[in-house]
Amino acid sequence: MKSRFLAGPYIAWMAIFTVVPLGMVVYFAFTDNSGAFTFANLTYAWEYWPVLLRSVWYAVAACLICLVVGYPVAYVIAQSTASVQRVLYLLVTLPMCMSFLLRTLAWVALLRDTGLINSFLGLFGIGPAPLIRNSGSVIMGMVYNYLPYMIMPLYTVIAKLDPRLIEAAQDLGCGSFQTFRRVVLPLSVPGIVSGITMVFVPAVSTFYISQKLGGTEDIMIGDIIERQFKGNLNQNLGAAMSLILMVLVFISIGLMNRFTDDEEVATI
Amino acid sequence: MRRLGKIWTFIVYLFLYAPMIVLFVGSFNNGKDLSEFEGFTLANYADLFRDSHSLGLLLNSVILGLASAALATLLGTVAALGIHSLRGRIRSLVMTLTNIPLVNPEIVTGISLSLLFVFIGRYMLGTENILGFGTLLIAHVTFNLPYVILSVMPKLRQTDPSLMDAAQDLGCTPLKGFFKVLLPQLLPGIISGAIMAFTMSLDDFVISYFTYSSKFVTLPVEIYTYTRKQIPPMFYSMFTLMFFLILFVMIGMNIVQARDEDRRKKHIKA
Amino acid sequence: MKKVVSVVLVFVLAFSLAALSGCGSSDQVTLNVYNWGINIADGPEGGVDYIDVVEKFMEKYPDIHVNYTTYEDNESLYTRLKNGGVSYDVIIPSDYMIARMIREDMLLPLDFENIPNYELVDEQFKNQPYDPENQYSVPYTWGTVGIIYNTKYVDEADIGGWDLLWNERYAGKILMFSNPRDAFAIAQARLGYSFNTEDPDELQAAADLLMEQKPLVQQYVMDQIYDAMGNEEAWIAPYYAGDCMLMMQDNPDLAFYLPEEESFNTFIDAMCIPSCAENKAEAELFINFICEPEISGGNMDYIGYGTPVSAAKEYMDPEMAASEIAYPDAETLERGEAFGALSDEAQKLMDNLFDEVKAGLDMAG
Repeated sequence: MKSRFLAGPYIAWMAIFTVVPLGMVVYFAFTDNSGAFTFANLTYAWEYWPVLLRSVWYAVAACLICLVVGYPVAYVIAQSTASVQRVLYLLVTLPMCMSFLLRTLAWVALLRDTGLINSFLGLFGIGPAPLIRNSGSVIMGMVYNYLPYMIMPLYTVIAKLDPRLIEAAQDLGCGSFQTFRRVVLPLSVPGIVSGITMVFVPAVSTFYISQKLGGTEDIMIGDIIERQFKGNLNQNLGAAMSLILMVLVFISIGLMNRFTDDEEVATI
Repeated sequence: MRRLGKIWTFIVYLFLYAPMIVLFVGSFNNGKDLSEFEGFTLANYADLFRDSHSLGLLLNSVILGLASAALATLLGTVAALGIHSLRGRIRSLVMTLTNIPLVNPEIVTGISLSLLFVFIGRYMLGTENILGFGTLLIAHVTFNLPYVILSVMPKLRQTDPSLMDAAQDLGCTPLKGFFKVLLPQLLPGIISGAIMAFTMSLDDFVISYFTYSSKFVTLPVEIYTYTRKQIPPMFYSMFTLMFFLILFVMIGMNIVQARDEDRRKKHIKA
Repeated sequence: MKKVVSVVLVFVLAFSLAALSGCGSSDQVTLNVYNWGINIADGPEGGVDYIDVVEKFMEKYPDIHVNYTTYEDNESLYTRLKNGGVSYDVIIPSDYMIARMIREDMLLPLDFENIPNYELVDEQFKNQPYDPENQYSVPYTWGTVGIIYNTKYVDEADIGGWDLLWNERYAGKILMFSNPRDAFAIAQARLGYSFNTEDPDELQAAADLLMEQKPLVQQYVMDQIYDAMGNEEAWIAPYYAGDCMLMMQDNPDLAFYLPEEESFNTFIDAMCIPSCAENKAEAELFINFICEPEISGGNMDYIGYGTPVSAAKEYMDPEMAASEIAYPDAETLERGEAFGALSDEAQKLMDNLFDEVKAGLDMAG
């Protein structure tokens, strides 16, 4: 069969437009303005480790909340009748097609001190409650934006579960909690892994959510990188930070993938 | 327990849709501020249809979305056929390549592409003015390709390889066999890949933000610049209209799909 | 098979559309104008009949299509140009950035034969240190940086100086510049340093002062200030006088002052043509058009800055032309200090220090 040569143009495309650009990031990270080799960018970028740590911690928190919030929803969807399933699933995917910039902006209108929620609370003489510009609001913004990415893969695996397995577990005397813990949960691990991957990566690298919903203490690594390419001119430092972020993401995904052996973990 | 789950699901949906409701209401608001309703008006919609600039931005995004989805679908489907017949280490290498844009943070993808484009422009084409529709198209095709491949590959795995052999035994050329036998079976995967590519492209902000120039601005990029000053309320109207447009398209697709599945079930029974 | 045909049709349609958009109007020149956000009159707003400058230009020169886009601050303009891959024909940086761009060969010398209106520009705006030979720039506006505050919430006893931005009574209600140069200037004014100091110790001291302020700051902003001050989420912010006047029109509770004793920044924004420009002659036409007294006057009515073309005042709303905010008296202006271009090292040090402040890294300690 010659059909394997059909992959040729694709491989060439991906090599030129993903591998080579990543090589350029590495090149910029290890050179200075004049093109001479240096470690200075990386050592200086490393000074920003508290920011990196904060980004990771926000993203991990967002992942866990998405999992806890999203799992029951995915379960309920999967247990519904076929037509209800369609409607509910559609309603989960629909927000993903809408501008996340505007949706996040709407949260600002809801949460800020003179916003909708605080004005409402004000009618009862409460507040204004500190709903915005803190770590909580940033994590909430991430959960809001990326929750569908968690629900979708969870739903896919739960919907595929063989109901006879659950019946068998119940016949063998498992309570509903036991059935869940021993049968349903282990079988949904692939969905959990791909959900976490799909939430963690955009969350750890976001800059828009922290810009809009975060306060002055919630700067994330994405903000600093964006600044190097759009504000101060320091592509080399920005590239070094991107490199660190990329390595971090690849390591965490490598760790996650140890839980499953699926070839296409990141698929929906 | 059941009931609790349903209540929880309802709350989560409310959480997902609350900000969108704010935007809907804002689109009929007579003031600029989303959190203060100053009276009902349709002026924002009128403004939107009178403003050729914002409609042009929408058109730009749609053109880019269609073009990148078309290109990615074509290249991706062909690639999926190729990858399907690869084995062993080469195959896993190619799959890793496919996963790179999926797992790489968008900001890094955007930055790396912009570095490449400027380098190509400056040192290979001798121009300082390279960013534009072309670079956006390349960037969008690059992040769309994996989605197409990952939705075509499973369909390819489901097909029966003996079908192609049978078609050739019956005198079809490989090309004819592909169009007559294989393509119809892959079509659902191809279409869902194309639609996914189109929506990803339409809504992409981060990668476009690093690879656009003022020659060709997309809607999300312009919305971002507006969110950093003051956003004109007509964009809330655009959001509302697009919401219902996408809703209807999705409902339509669902009905078609549901009918398709029903038919298949009957087919199996019969 | 029907489906296949329809899919193919969609693709063909997409490509023809894309091709069409590529060659819409071939004999029109597209002029890329890159300006600050909210820095040009663009038609009626809030019941006032402001002119639309770009629209008027295109009416006068139907062969030129203006592609008008905006940037946030001088630094992002500079970075956009330096990063490359783009082309702009007219840019409007501030004084110190013009000097830096001239030094780095990023601007083209103007052909003043195409800009006869340059004669109308007041003498006091010529021969400026940033462009001593008047080769590269034509002034667009001039203005000052002061403090805008909400009279409903801020005690009159607390106002008067830059220290309002460090007043703990208003913690969480204070905004601050998100660009290093303007932010450092305020700290430097409090410390009594020159805005153009390159002394690393003085820069560090200013950074420390900004670090001290950080817990009180709600957001680091540029044009986002319009929303935050307008809806009273924030009460106090330093900003450019012209923008402050625009905000005061929308919310009458807002007021503006220049510090009574400390120094403050005065700036000139001027139109230049970057070296990546592709339509230099048309760009000069545009610059000339902006200097026309009628246009400049109508433009300033909206953006609220001082016009460098005194003849324009005739066409302005008299109230605007007499505004003490747009045109402070000479005695007040004595305390103003303009920015000059810093050396590369000093600029980089300032950029890094400000990033560290914003990221909350305490590198000194």
